[in-house]
Amino acid sequence: MSDTSEAPQLLRLAASDNVLVALGPVPAGPARITGGGVLTVERPVTLGHKVAARDIAAGEKIVKYGVPIGSATAAIASGSHVHTHNMKSDYTPTYVLDETSQGGRGD
Amino acid sequence: MCWTRHRREAAVIEGFLRQDGRKGIRNHVAVAYLVECARHVASEIVLPYREAGAQVIGFPGCFPNDYAQKMMERLCTHPNVGAVLLVSLGCESFNRFQLAEAIAKSGRPVETIVIQKAGGTRTSVAEGQAWVAARIEELSRAERVPMGLEELVVGTVCGGSDGTSGITGNPAVGLAFDRLVGEGATCIFEETGELIGCEEVMAARAATPELGRELTRSVEKAARYYATLGYGSFAAGNAEGGLSTIEEKSMGAYAKSGSARIDGLIKPGDLPPKGGLYLMDVVPDGEVRFGFPNISDNAEIAEMMASGAHLTLFVTARGSVVGSAIAPVIKICANPETYARLSEDMDVNAGRILSGSSLTEVGAEIFDLTLAVASGRKTASEQLGHAEFILTYKSFEPIGPACLPS
Repeated sequence: MSDTSEAPQLLRLAASDNVLVALGPVPAGPARITGGGVLTVERPVTLGHKVAARDIAAGEKIVKYGVPIGSATAAIASGSHVHTHNMKSDYTPTYVLDETSQGGRGD
Repeated sequence: MCWTRHRREAAVIEGFLRQDGRKGIRNHVAVAYLVECARHVASEIVLPYREAGAQVIGFPGCFPNDYAQKMMERLCTHPNVGAVLLVSLGCESFNRFQLAEAIAKSGRPVETIVIQKAGGTRTSVAEGQAWVAARIEELSRAERVPMGLEELVVGTVCGGSDGTSGITGNPAVGLAFDRLVGEGATCIFEETGELIGCEEVMAARAATPELGRELTRSVEKAARYYATLGYGSFAAGNAEGGLSTIEEKSMGAYAKSGSARIDGLIKPGDLPPKGGLYLMDVVPDGEVRFGFPNISDNAEIAEMMASGAHLTLFVTARGSVVGSAIAPVIKICANPETYARLSEDMDVNAGRILSGSSLTEVGAEIFDLTLAVASGRKTASEQLGHAEFILTYKSFEPIGPACLPS
């Protein structure tokens, strides 16, 4: 996607969400949010990955599409990558290959 | 969104009329092996006739299974199939007599080759090829007849999902589903193991409260089943693409179902009684046995075909390349980076939604392509010769009375 001018880089799917979705590769630093606003992203994330829209406490629900998609396993600072290293399913464990699970670091 | 202004006259596609009154959108000769030991012979028979419409399906197991028997009966009498050659080794347990009788009763030409009786591999292949060549010649003379959308059955599946699936490809298919259902078609979504976490929002869309409870129970069964197995319906590539949990994957997968009322809950091989939107419960009943409910995407595609699906809308993000035997697969790519790499395998670029195209536009493209493919246009996977098929052991109990409210 175009990285110029006002094109948003992070997608807010629902008003109550505490995570935003990367609309393409997003570098560290300030990133534009759909519908307005800016979030400072801690380190680069790749397309489709999530970052915390605000500080999230350990044990708090992660909310995307306006519904819980799991729980934080550690305190997550605003702008941090949210993935299998700091959240878990409330149903069944997530299977990952260590070699491919680092998606937040950028290709 | 208002689809009604696009409404067309009833007959918008063309298909092949079968004796049971159903119409097919393809005219395949199915060559079906009845145990893995007969698969090579079946594949050799089909080899020279792949381009002409012969395709291999089959069941690998040597021991009997009611589910597999029902699946094979449904698939061999699928509206896209015009003739069937059964290939048996001879000593397997599969009831080839019952299957051949069901096919004959449907009005289709059927022949059984038993390798142990025919004289071996070479003889069986020669006999099989002669039979297939004759059927292809006959079927090539069939003409398409007008077919209404209310006669069309469409399934949807997603495979190789990532963080883009739930915001591009899946909601775009959801819009196409809404429009198809609105025009009277039958639409099937499935994989209750990938609806874990969505059960309450989904139940609220059920035609009756009793059906809503059945929908919820089917997802609870899937959650229990996968918890026993120790894994969700979740592959490593899902995590690489940004999905962190089964609930998150579920919310994306759920978007494929669109927003129409849910008219029923079916199990593999059950034929939906009328147009509308149906959830297929693919997780076996009873104690956990026979392994994973969906060992790969083609297992689910075959199950929807067994319930009459003429074609499948397949949303992929990491980049699946599969097609299917018998029923065409339209591949909708959710991730624009994947589309750029694998465009030769894709039919629709839904990833362009991330750079400004509207969901409405992509949904309309999927709807239009569905009609074109139903009338004979080949999909990317068909052009590339993909004809994957897989069928494994399962066990189901019949659906309850609340599953199909009248």
